[in-house]
Amino acid sequence: MHPQRKKRLLAVLLILLGVSGATALTVWSLQQNMLFFLTPGDAQVQDMPVGQSFRLGGLVENGSVERANDGLAVRFKVTDGVGIMTVQFDGILPDLFQEGQGVIARGALNGEGLFLATEVLAKHDENYMPPEVAEALREKGHPAGSGT
Amino acid sequence: MSRLKRLFHQFGSPPWLFQFSGRVVPWLWAACLILSAWGLWWGLFRAPPDYLQGESVRIMYVHVPAAWMSMMIYLLMALMGAAGLIWHVRAAEIMALSSAPIGAAFTLLALITGSLWGRPTWGTYWVWDARLTSELVLLFLYLGVLGLHNAFDEPRKGARAAALLSVVGLVNLPIIHYSVNWWNTLHQPASIGVSGNSIHPSMLWPLLIMAVATKLFYAANLLTRTRVRLLEENPRRRWVRDWVEGGKA
Repeated sequence: MHPQRKKRLLAVLLILLGVSGATALTVWSLQQNMLFFLTPGDAQVQDMPVGQSFRLGGLVENGSVERANDGLAVRFKVTDGVGIMTVQFDGILPDLFQEGQGVIARGALNGEGLFLATEVLAKHDENYMPPEVAEALREKGHPAGSGT
Repeated sequence: MSRLKRLFHQFGSPPWLFQFSGRVVPWLWAACLILSAWGLWWGLFRAPPDYLQGESVRIMYVHVPAAWMSMMIYLLMALMGAAGLIWHVRAAEIMALSSAPIGAAFTLLALITGSLWGRPTWGTYWVWDARLTSELVLLFLYLGVLGLHNAFDEPRKGARAAALLSVVGLVNLPIIHYSVNWWNTLHQPASIGVSGNSIHPSMLWPLLIMAVATKLFYAANLLTRTRVRLLEENPRRRWVRDWVEGGKA
């Protein structure tokens, strides 16, 4: 290769290397802030203070959803397999909200360790299948079909 | 000269590139139209609804191919830009710059369709999670490349500055791709990967057809744009005159 082209190739590679290094360090140091939500286990380890706003994400525990007889208020437990937290929400839940499905709630803990949510989003997983297939999987006891 | 090296030189030669693209462009457009029509019909009408998302799963047949293209085009744009920087090949600069508006359009399409899917599925149009934010940064990178190129009076200087920016922006690609694995995000992880996929075959086929159709769209659109720029930049060349007079090239 022509020496000048070699120099330019080297320069381009060095720029790419430098920028990648800088970005990697920045992203690494901001690791905590890049998390969109904390799991109940994270939140308990970090001992989130009362009233401090954060997002809580995990699976809605099966059989834990309790709806109020009057109004929209709903209580459910969110788990990540390590920790568990009870969430209270007074609002409209997304259509995909179901027991066994992922949710992300924004809010804060109150004095009694209850998570008061101001917003609840449903998290969708990477499984895509027709209803019949989900049904068949559920009959065989496969976890992928448990959402319905 | 090795075959690869010869191909590289051929693509770098404006008359050869103009003639070659003139021959393949009609076929690329035709194949793109047929596959898009087939893929869209299959995805929007024949494919089954999803067990959880219902009918809104059909947005995936546009969203996922568009998102893939937004990243693939960026990679190609940066590689062609780098080739332009290193070897000073004008044809590579032209093809890199012609890729930018196509990539920006696919990025915007991925963001808009994703937002429309997010509302019924997640319950929100937009959140600032790592995947969505890094894809938005990709759109700004495309717009930056276009803007930087236009900011110079001299096109070759503009092309070099834009190529440098596109090389720097390459670091965003692994961030977009791995964001869903590295951090907690609202966006789900990839359904299709080297280790297998979690999309049922009845939904996978139309998705793959659309993925091929969008690639053909890029190739056809890129070469069409490149031809226009080659003509604009070489008004006095012999091969342009021959083409204008003879109507063939």
